[in-house]
Amino acid sequence: MTALLTLDAVARAYVGRQGLFGRVTTVRAVDGVSLTLVRGETLGIVGESGSGKSTLGRMALGLETPDEGGVRAFDAPMPALGTPGWRALRRRMQMVFQDPLGALDRRLPVLDQVAEPLTIHAIGDAKARQDVAMAALQAVGLSSEQALRYPHALSGGQRQRVVIARALITDPDLLVCDEPVSALDVSIQAQVVNLLIDMQAARGLAMLFISHDLRVVRQIASRVAVMYLGRIIETGAAADVLRAPRHPYTRALVSAAPAPGRDRADRVILTGEPPNPAARPTGCAFHPRCPLVTDRCRTEAPVLSAIAPAHSAACHLLSTQTPPAAKAA
Amino acid sequence: MADISAQAPFRLTLPRLPWYVWAALIWIVLVLVVAVFAPLLTPHPYTAMKLTNRFVPPFDRWTHPLGTDELGRDVLSRLIISVRISLLIAFGATLISAVLGTTLGFLAAHFRGWVEQLVLTLADFQAAMPFLIMALSVLAFFGNSLPLLIGLMGLYGWERYARVARGLAISANTQGYATAVTQLGAAPQRIYLRHILPNIASTLIVSMTLVFPEVILVESGLSFLGLGVQPPMTSLGNMVGYGRDYITRAPWIMLSPAVVIVLTTLAVSMLGDWLRDKLDPTLG
Repeated sequence: MTALLTLDAVARAYVGRQGLFGRVTTVRAVDGVSLTLVRGETLGIVGESGSGKSTLGRMALGLETPDEGGVRAFDAPMPALGTPGWRALRRRMQMVFQDPLGALDRRLPVLDQVAEPLTIHAIGDAKARQDVAMAALQAVGLSSEQALRYPHALSGGQRQRVVIARALITDPDLLVCDEPVSALDVSIQAQVVNLLIDMQAARGLAMLFISHDLRVVRQIASRVAVMYLGRIIETGAAADVLRAPRHPYTRALVSAAPAPGRDRADRVILTGEPPNPAARPTGCAFHPRCPLVTDRCRTEAPVLSAIAPAHSAACHLLSTQTPPAAKAA
Repeated sequence: MADISAQAPFRLTLPRLPWYVWAALIWIVLVLVVAVFAPLLTPHPYTAMKLTNRFVPPFDRWTHPLGTDELGRDVLSRLIISVRISLLIAFGATLISAVLGTTLGFLAAHFRGWVEQLVLTLADFQAAMPFLIMALSVLAFFGNSLPLLIGLMGLYGWERYARVARGLAISANTQGYATAVTQLGAAPQRIYLRHILPNIASTLIVSMTLVFPEVILVESGLSFLGLGVQPPMTSLGNMVGYGRDYITRAPWIMLSPAVVIVLTTLAVSMLGDWLRDKLDPTLG
């Protein structure tokens, strides 16, 4: 299968300044990330805040231009932001935002907003657009009465359904979901995730699903990439990575997610400061918090290498073929 | 989709208006009707002098309900013509400065870089220089005509719209609905005109209702200095300015245009305030 989307060693740095005359600091939000996405696949991007997940998603859509590396979509380089070529590509790649109220124009009824991509890309006539938009809203479970409401008159879950309906109305091939359920109640989260799963199954969408919530990622993703300070530190099939994590950070992450019937004493509790992207530690970025840290970790950055078929991790302890579990015991 | 238009959000059910909005609306409509039909409504030609009829007080003779001025001209007739001229200048100038300022603000927000620097420098320049001095120099060098005066007054207050429009457009572009619409593939003109403009319209309308009275006052000041509307043409400010000389002997000459200025600016402000709330679908 050909890749819908390829990111080749992309990096994005932000330049900041502390105070009026402070020194300039460079934050490498994303640092040399490569990934591919094929049709019908869901890739979950997992990591804590500041790990570069959202920047990665924005670069995948061409909303941000990488400083290094390249993005290819549909076997062509990503056009520059705002060019006609980039705008036309929006028909095939869409985004679901974290905050559905912020992503909707509060001065337009939601039906008009769902029909808007059709107007922008000149699909159908005015009457047909309204009908298609109404059908799309009904497909995500909104009534025709709710379709005429303004965003503030809908609940959070309904708003996110509207955003999903709008993103899918041009029948795109790729959907980037940036924390689509983290602003919603837990009871609503499952509905929205199930809706995304159904839509993907029905349309063969490729999806880049960005989340810090491992339960949600486990439910929706077929592959997972774990990010730490702008780099992918472990990637593989969702079942492998989330059930048998190998990298110490992933192990801590997975054990921190609550699971019924598991002893709380098994948890790996990370110590030390949360990562500061402006002051990246030397060697392995995770070494100040790693329970298994060695001298080599402090000086030498590990590279992402295969540890099993279709399962890679960036950790010195794994590349020496010594299972960290044995060492920790 | 007839049922959609039937549920349009801006239903103006008449009995629901607060009394002060009614009052403002009635006054504005009255003033507009007077302005439009001014030549038909004047009981006397507004330039007709009759020196035997100087300083007739109001309500003294039925032929001159608001009295006469120092040259025996009918104050009511002059007031009617003044309303027409002043409203033309005030509405024209307010519209010009709103369109100019908003356009420049959007351009600054869209292109950033040197375009933004240029717009902001111009705005600072405009804010730093007393408007009256600029108006005086322009009128002194280019003479005086009504279109020139309206265009000049159109430069009044544009920097406020530009700053507001730029700031709100930048914040909309970096987060929220404008990003979402950009991501849908919309062209810039669609984002700015269909999404950002309606969202910031309430702020701009309030700015307009603030600028409108100021334009009337600046025009009055210019006319008082002899650089605004030139006699025999008249305006509200012109009447106040020339009537000021007789404020102790014949206060009605300047009081009637002054009352019209106060009531009109008050009505515009109140209507604008009410409109801002009504144009926002999230408020009631």
